[in-house]
Amino acid sequence: MEKVLMIDYQKCTGCRLCELVCSVMHDGISNPARSRIKVMKWESEGLYIPMACQQCEDAPCMNVCPVKAISRDKDLGYVMVDYDVCIGCRSCVAICPFGAMNYNIIDKKVFKCDLCGGDPQCVRFCAEKAIDYVDAGELSVMKKRQAAQRLSDAGKEAAALQAAV
Amino acid sequence: MALDRKIAYIDLTTGEIETKPIPLEVRKKFLGGRGLDAYLLYNHTKKGCDPLSPDNVLMISGGILTATCASATARTHVMAKSPLTGLLGSANMGGFFAPELAWAGFHHLVIKGKAKKPVYIWIHNGEIEIRDAGNIWGKTVTETQWAIRKELDDEDVKCAVIGPAGENLVRFANIMTGIKNAAGRTGMGCVMGSKNLKAVAARGTMDIKIAHPVEALEYNKRFIDQITSAKVNQTQGTLGTPFIWGATNSWGGIRTRNFQYNQCENADDIEPERIDEICEETMGPYHMTGCFGCQVHCRAQYKIPSGPYAGEYDEGPEYTSQGAFGGEPDCKSAVTVLTGNHLVDQYGMDNLETGSIISWAMELYELGILTSKDTDGVDLRFGNDEALLEMVHRIAFRKGWLGDTLADGGVQASEKIGKDSFSYLIQVKGMSNLHSDERATPALALNIATGSRGSDHLRSRPAIDLYHLPEEVLRKIYSNPVPYDGPLSSEHTSYVGKPWMVFWQENCYMGVDCLGICKYHTTFLGATLPNFEDWTKVLLYNTGLELSPKEIWDVAERCYNIERLFNLREGLKRDDLKKGDTLNHRYFDEPCRRGAPDVIGAHIDREKFNKMIDEYYEHHGWDEKGVPTKKTLKRLGLDKEPSHLI
Repeated sequence: MEKVLMIDYQKCTGCRLCELVCSVMHDGISNPARSRIKVMKWESEGLYIPMACQQCEDAPCMNVCPVKAISRDKDLGYVMVDYDVCIGCRSCVAICPFGAMNYNIIDKKVFKCDLCGGDPQCVRFCAEKAIDYVDAGELSVMKKRQAAQRLSDAGKEAAALQAAV
Repeated sequence: MALDRKIAYIDLTTGEIETKPIPLEVRKKFLGGRGLDAYLLYNHTKKGCDPLSPDNVLMISGGILTATCASATARTHVMAKSPLTGLLGSANMGGFFAPELAWAGFHHLVIKGKAKKPVYIWIHNGEIEIRDAGNIWGKTVTETQWAIRKELDDEDVKCAVIGPAGENLVRFANIMTGIKNAAGRTGMGCVMGSKNLKAVAARGTMDIKIAHPVEALEYNKRFIDQITSAKVNQTQGTLGTPFIWGATNSWGGIRTRNFQYNQCENADDIEPERIDEICEETMGPYHMTGCFGCQVHCRAQYKIPSGPYAGEYDEGPEYTSQGAFGGEPDCKSAVTVLTGNHLVDQYGMDNLETGSIISWAMELYELGILTSKDTDGVDLRFGNDEALLEMVHRIAFRKGWLGDTLADGGVQASEKIGKDSFSYLIQVKGMSNLHSDERATPALALNIATGSRGSDHLRSRPAIDLYHLPEEVLRKIYSNPVPYDGPLSSEHTSYVGKPWMVFWQENCYMGVDCLGICKYHTTFLGATLPNFEDWTKVLLYNTGLELSPKEIWDVAERCYNIERLFNLREGLKRDDLKKGDTLNHRYFDEPCRRGAPDVIGAHIDREKFNKMIDEYYEHHGWDEKGVPTKKTLKRLGLDKEPSHLI
């Protein structure tokens, strides 16, 4: 079954360990500029949102690529770049609605999340589970459960308030 | 490579900037961070230099492992001669500054001289520029950082800054980064202010090649599992450091009313659970945040729930703010603690010192040594929350006679206030004690008496002494990496074997400070956490540097001895109440009045304390005056200091 990254940004503590392990895993180098995932921060509000590739079904990066260097991995379903074909025009960087296609100014290459070949290190290292690796079909079920829990909590709170009145 | 990171010498008087590699020989002797800073301080300052003059030298650094794939290498270290104590100035903060400095190409900055007008230093991928700070002078800690980001048009810039307290030369002003990360002891922000230096901004995208990336990743994972499985760190991760305050207060290990009592009664509103409740109410269920790469996430997020600062966002409060604005002045309101914490964060001022010094003034007011004339009408009673917060403003801006006087720190203030005021000042080497009471715990008392930056728990506190671990467990911890077969005691009220524990912890904490790792990731609060043996692995995997546990221990001991040499050069004397390894008379003469049965009535026995000091000196290879012997210096390769290697 195809699995995807599920990001629950509320759980993110903003530590950026995901960025570190991503760059070390892929390049053997510590440098967040090489990370496929990036935590966007609004520090004055205490808000942190990790951003990574959504592996879109109708992927704009794949559609826009003039030399068809971008395709989908058959086994794991992630969107990947064939560097033998890529001409480095950065059209994919420009078109990605999530900013998830990156450009490395040192190696002069575009790069993106490849799910670490099925064992995403960002997930493995995030003790808070702000990032998880789940079956694509399960994604909405989990969200349903969370939303239902919120409804139930709100109902209980309302009942308690009513009882108090 | 981490070992490629450079050192920069920045002269603010002339504007000259010089960058150099750090020789491997220097790395092997001092590693980096606090240890190398201590070497640089000893070598680049002259005996008796005025801490507020251009002659003082300010070091800002990361550790040797900063921004590598070791765990929680977030710490920034700062060192200079202290304007508060006249001795070693040293402070350490979390956040994201040091890693950014490392990605920008540097591990150590040596800042000399004084700029003619306010400036900030901009460090970007190997380049260093001194820029005008006229527009940001006067701004608070966060305003300064956001303004610099705007000016440089980069949201990822990380800054180490001073707030108004540093500008106003409050002698216990902080250097800060982020919302609340504070290099907050010994007045390093005051030194920055004296140099007209408002901030150091860093941004970098330079590679740090990991020597053995696969092993480094796997070891990091192992580290994290070990750290997050410790109950103490799990509690830190939900309640933050306030949990320690709560736990300690329960048995009578907290000082209140300027050390008159050792337990804060009826303190429900400032207990950790109550503070956690406010954090949850104002920030939601996930309100803990962390420093770079750390999975402990011990910092809470909150908004002040009510009062004049209602709705303001901040982080913390830590143990120290709970003590400073809660327990010590006997103000038992969460809103006061959260507000006081917010004020010192924004002004850039040491919460611990601020709360202690105001509480000291409160006792002087109670005794009639200070009158309402001295306070300009402020009713400085214990338990007066408004007066407490008013004094925070007055100190930060040196307003009124008392605000201005207290801003110079306790020792100088006591000389101005006169009478018997000094004997009520709870300090060591001119720096206020943590808001804990060590009269029932001789090991902890010895730790604060001997700490190289003055009274301090983060230099050598054997916190696990409180856990009553079986002797064989203690022996396993404390006889590595150097053998120790002397006495050890599991009993926290005992004096037996404690000097060795303090000595061991000193080297352990120096070790993490050289590596750039947080103390929550070593033998501090958790007995099962990593130390010397594990560090050899992370050092090897990340930097390629091969050192044995004993060699890391030797580095730590060497660095601690340099700090000692600096203090001795600047006037440390064993029994000097203002500059020595001793405690306020209350530790010896006034027994604890509250707490658990084995705490009530406890006090430190002067004779046994002196014996502990003797023993502690012996472990170091220092003479009875606390001076390293020639043999010790030779053993540590310090017999030719200052050696000006770098």
